[in-house]
Formats: sequence, C-alpha cells, structure tokens
Amino acid sequence: MNILVLLRMIPDVVEELEISNDGKTLDREFLRLIPNETDDHALEEALLLKERHGGKVTVVAPDAPELDDVLFACLAKGADRAVKISGVEPVMGGRAAARLMAQVLTTAPGLLPADLILTGVQSTEDLDGLMAPILSHLLQLPYVDNVTQVTADGPGKTVTAVKEFPSAVRAEFDVQLPAVLGIQAAEKPPRYVPVAKVRAVMKSQHLESAAAPAGVEAGQLEILQMAKPEPAEHAEMLAGDPAQVAGKICEILAARGVL
Amino acid sequence: MSGSIWVLAEHWRGQLSESTYELLALGREIADGLGVELQAVLLGHGAADLAKGLGKANSVLSVDHSSLCEPVPEACAAALVQLIKERRPRSVLVPLTNISMGVGTLVSTAVKVPAANFCRDVRVVDGGLQATCVLYGGKIEATVTMGAECSILGIWPGARAAENGRSDVVPPVEPVTVSLPEAPRVRFKRYIEPEAGDVDITQQDTLVAVGRGMQGQANLALAEELAEVLGGAVCGSRPVIDQGWLPLSRQVGKSGVSVKPKLYLAAGISGAPEHVEGMKNAALIIAVNTDPRAPIFNVAHYGILADALEVLPALTEAVRGKKG
Ligand SMILES: Cc1cc2nc3c(=O)[nH]c(=O)nc-3n(C[C@H](O)[C@H](O)[C@H](O)COP(=O)(O)OP(=O)(O)OC[C@H]3O[C@@H](n4cnc5c(N)ncnc54)[C@H](O)[C@@H]3O)c2cc1C
Ligand SMILES: Nc1ncnc2c1ncn2[C@@H]1O[C@H](COP(=O)(O)O)[C@@H](O)[C@H]1O
Repeated sequence: MNILVLLRMIPDVVEELEISNDGKTLDREFLRLIPNETDDHALEEALLLKERHGGKVTVVAPDAPELDDVLFACLAKGADRAVKISGVEPVMGGRAAARLMAQVLTTAPGLLPADLILTGVQSTEDLDGLMAPILSHLLQLPYVDNVTQVTADGPGKTVTAVKEFPSAVRAEFDVQLPAVLGIQAAEKPPRYVPVAKVRAVMKSQHLESAAAPAGVEAGQLEILQMAKPEPAEHAEMLAGDPAQVAGKICEILAARGVL
Repeated sequence: MSGSIWVLAEHWRGQLSESTYELLALGREIADGLGVELQAVLLGHGAADLAKGLGKANSVLSVDHSSLCEPVPEACAAALVQLIKERRPRSVLVPLTNISMGVGTLVSTAVKVPAANFCRDVRVVDGGLQATCVLYGGKIEATVTMGAECSILGIWPGARAAENGRSDVVPPVEPVTVSLPEAPRVRFKRYIEPEAGDVDITQQDTLVAVGRGMQGQANLALAEELAEVLGGAVCGSRPVIDQGWLPLSRQVGKSGVSVKPKLYLAAGISGAPEHVEGMKNAALIIAVNTDPRAPIFNVAHYGILADALEVLPALTEAVRGKKG
C-alpha cells in the first residue's frame, strides 16, 4: 500500500505564546514548533499499515524550523521517503496549508497516485478549515475523519476505517481507495525512536525537497485581532506549599459538603 | 428566503443533539441582529419528524435521502452545497462535533466561500458578521470578520445555552430534494458500542481527572489514592487514554463523555476546548497545573500553580486527616 502522510509543524501550546506587534499573528520568533500531534498519529497508523500490508510510506511537510530533525525521526521510525516543501512561509490556517499540499501532491513527481493520504484530523490553528476535507475536495477523493483504526484485506479497493463518535461510541465505514483520512489517534501510541537511530539515519538517508508552487490561493478570512482570552472569571488561585494548599482545598470541600 | 441564517440541525441515533439547540440559540441572535429569517436544515432518512423540535427557527428545510441515514460528512456536505447554491443563505452555522466535523470545511471549499472554524461566539457588527475563534488549545482567541458575503461558521459546543434554543412552536417544514450519488464512496457499516463493566464516570460525585502533566502511568496511583479517600473515581484527558494509561470509558471530552460531578479535580490537564467541553458544567472545578497560562484556569473555580505530583499526595493525606 502506497501511503502519503502529511505533517505540519505547529506551535507547542504548552509553551508561552506571544502575539506580534500587529496584533493579528503569533510572534513566531520565539515559538517552539512541534509536529501536529494528530499528524504524528497519522504517521504511526501509516507505519502499522505498512507493517501489515507492505508498501511505502512517504511523509510530506511544509518547511519550518526544526523540521529536518522531525523528518529524520520519521525515516528512523520506518518511513521510506521524507519530502520537505521548501520556499514556504509558515502559514497559519488549514486552508492555505491544504491548498499548498494539494498543489504539491499533484505537481511534484512521484507522490501521486497513492492509495491513502493520511493526516491529522485537526490542528490547533485550522482557523479557516480542516486539512483533510479541503484536500479531499481538491483531489476529489473520499474522506473520513476522527479515524482511530484502518484495516485492509490485502491490496483491495477499499479499507475499513473506524471513526470516533461522541460518548465513546465508534463506527466502521467502508471507504473506497484512494482516500483521504483524518487520523484522530493511531491504534497504538506513536512509537519512540532512540536518538542514536535518528543520528544513524541522518548519515545514511537524505531528505527530498520539492518547491511550493507560486500563487497558491490562501484563505479568504480576515483576522482583525488576536488576543489571549480574558475570562470573565479566572480561577481563584490558592497559594502555599503543598500541605498548605491541601488544607485550603479541604476547607473548601468541607464548606461545599463534598467532604 | 434568500439571505437567511441557516443552522445545520445535527441529529444522531434518532435525537437532535444538544449542539443543534445551542446553534439555534446563536443563530436566532444573529438572524434577529441582521433582520433576516433563521432556517434549520434537517438532513436525514426517515428523520423528518425531528423538525418539530426546531421551532426556534422560522422554518425547516427537510431533506430525506437514503444516503443520509447515518452521518457521513461527504453526503451531508453534498446535500448542503446543492441547497446553498439554489437558495443563497447569508451564513450557515455547522456544529463542530465528532458527528458533523468536516461538513463545514467541505461545504466552504466546494462553494468557495470563507469559513471560520472553532467559533465560540458570532456577533453582528455593522451589518457584517464577526466571529471569535478559539485557537492554540484555548490559549489564543482570534476575532475574524466574515464581511457581508456567504460564510460557513463552525461552532464550538457550548457557544450558547442549549435551553435558549428550545421552543414549543412547531415550525413550518419545506421538504426539499437533492441528488446524491447512488454508490457512495464512504459507506456506513456498524456502530461499536463502548465496553460496559467499567466504572460509569457520569454517575460519580467526585472525579479526579488526570492529564499528560501526570508524566507517566505509574503516577496515576497518586490519583487513584486521592479518588479513593474522596469516594470518587479517576478519569482522564485524551492523551492519557491514547497512551493506554486508562480505558476509553474514562475519557472526558468531545470524543469521550460529558460529566457533571460535584467535584472535578483536574491534575496536569491544560484545558483544551475538546476537554473543557466535557467537564465545564461540574459544580466545583479545582485545577492543578504548573503553567500559569493554562486555559484550565479559565474554567476552574480554584487553581493551584504547582506540581500535581506533590499536590495530590498532600491532598490525600489532608483528606485522610480531616476524616480522622
Ligand atoms: C477531534 C478531537 C477530539 C478530541 N477529543 C478529546 C476528548 O474527548 N478529551 C480530551 O481530553 N481531549 C480531546 N482532544 C485532545 C485535546 O485537543 C487536547 O490535546 C487534550 O485535551 C490535551 O490533554 P492534556 O491536557 O492532558 O495534555 P496537554 O495539553 O499536553 O497538557 C498537559 C498540562 O500539564 C501541565 N503539567 C505538566 N507537568 C505538570 C505537573 N508536574 N503538575 C501539574 N501540571 C503539569 C502542563 O502545564 C499542561 O498544561 C481531542 C482533539 C481533537 C482534535
Ligand atoms: N456567496 C455564495 N453563496 C452561494 N453560492 C455561491 C456563492 N458564491 C459562489 N457560489 C457558487 O459556488 C459555485 C462555485 O463558484 P466558483 O467556482 O467560484 O464560480 C458556483 O455555483 C457559485 O454560484
């Protein structure tokens, strides 16, 4: 099975985020970028499918700081090719990134046809749309999202995708290939790869690059401002060492009748 | 009516979802602000009867098609695109749930109109629409303007109180037909029900919720001990379940369950919107987190800026002491 995995680097939200002076964008200078978490799961699911059915896994990603290390780690985990889309300013939003990816997939040699295109179901910056559905529309391929499992009976014309619904209910869908799947979580947590193995891959393998086509239509959305949310009621903070804080919580629980 | 505000009436397994009522409440405000009608779009198969719950809208467009029997975003989007092209609504509100996710994006891409995702609020400003969108796990909010043209708005659960979207009025229903492919590329097979037998966290008065900040599965024992002295149970955020530290039945949030305990103690949980959606209605929320900017502090009643691995055992001891 020939599988493309689309990966994007996005800001790590556990870090402090700063807004630029224009008030409309994130200050990218001090941002720590990490692979979009669900994209990482998409790669894992692709690797599991390759292990079961054979085939090839190609990771495609718009260039960004720290991307090289991430792509070498993808190769070390078992991906066969890693393609960096160079010459792209980091763009916020799903639509611009998705349009770009769709263009690259159709123009760069050797990427399509693929049986499956897997990407994370969502990123925290998909302000104007989600990657998988945009891509499925542009490539005219079927699409399922919130996927947590993909099974194939050998090299068939369909796969079965398990999709998450609310209340911990899931459902199985038969999906015609080729298809785009938005992966929510792989069947297993993404594998760990030791640094030594990544270093070895850096010496033995190389990253490919493809140029982004010019003039890709971005989103149509106008951002007026970005701000850190100012909640009406922020939590009342309890200070002190753990024992003191624990004492205060006990008082609150007792007053509320929880204790 | 042209230029009206549309709400996609989401339903699943025979029932309109809470999100539908939330969107009707929001849609009503927007439609009134613009002086246009609010219409609900009901897509389904043998589901036309649900229209009577949509009285907050001025009218209902009801589509019945065998391909709309179960929610498949492609099919819903294909139907919506046809209706939008024929009738040109002003804007379409689509719920961002695991049922309807993707529909709004597919529609906006096909019709080539702007879309704003993750909206927690939409207002009428100078005759145009402005949306407040929650980004970066709840750490940033963006205000975006949709202008006066058609737009698709993906609305977060909880944007309005569902109560405000309910009505006893039975709305007029207009049946409409669409053409959908005979052989869909995505075909529903079956539902997989959650495994029974585990603790039902929706029935617990006290929940100790653990997140990635707990650092490792071994540390969950700290939460188990606290839950035990408090007479409650342990639940968790998605990464905790994905890593296999807890079973799926313990997941709180968008793809897990919604809980409403008397006490929700969140340890090492950042408070991403997908998690908050499932616990924001708890009577008392206490959060322990090492990040002063963690969004969980925006929903918690009390916050502790500290290492959960230290606070949990201290609290267990204090509760034991208190109980004697
Ligand atoms: C379609 C979709 C559906 C989803 N459904 C759900 C869902 O149902 N439920 C859900 O929870 N998520 C869901 N998510 C995932 C959600 O977006 C977040 O990724 C997730 O909630 C984050 O979990 P977390 O808070 O445990 O981890 P993180 O966001 O990584 O946060 C960990 C927190 O721990 C803090 N921390 C670190 N060390 C310590 C310490 N020693 N003591 C105290 N605090 C510490 C950090 O400051 C941080 O705030 C969904 C996502 C998508 C895209
Ligand atoms: N504001 C709008 N509302 C509804 N349909 C539209 C709108 N704008 C464009 N369309 C339709 O979307 C389809 C795709 O448009 P385009 O490819 O941009 O010409 C055409 O059928 C247009 O008529």
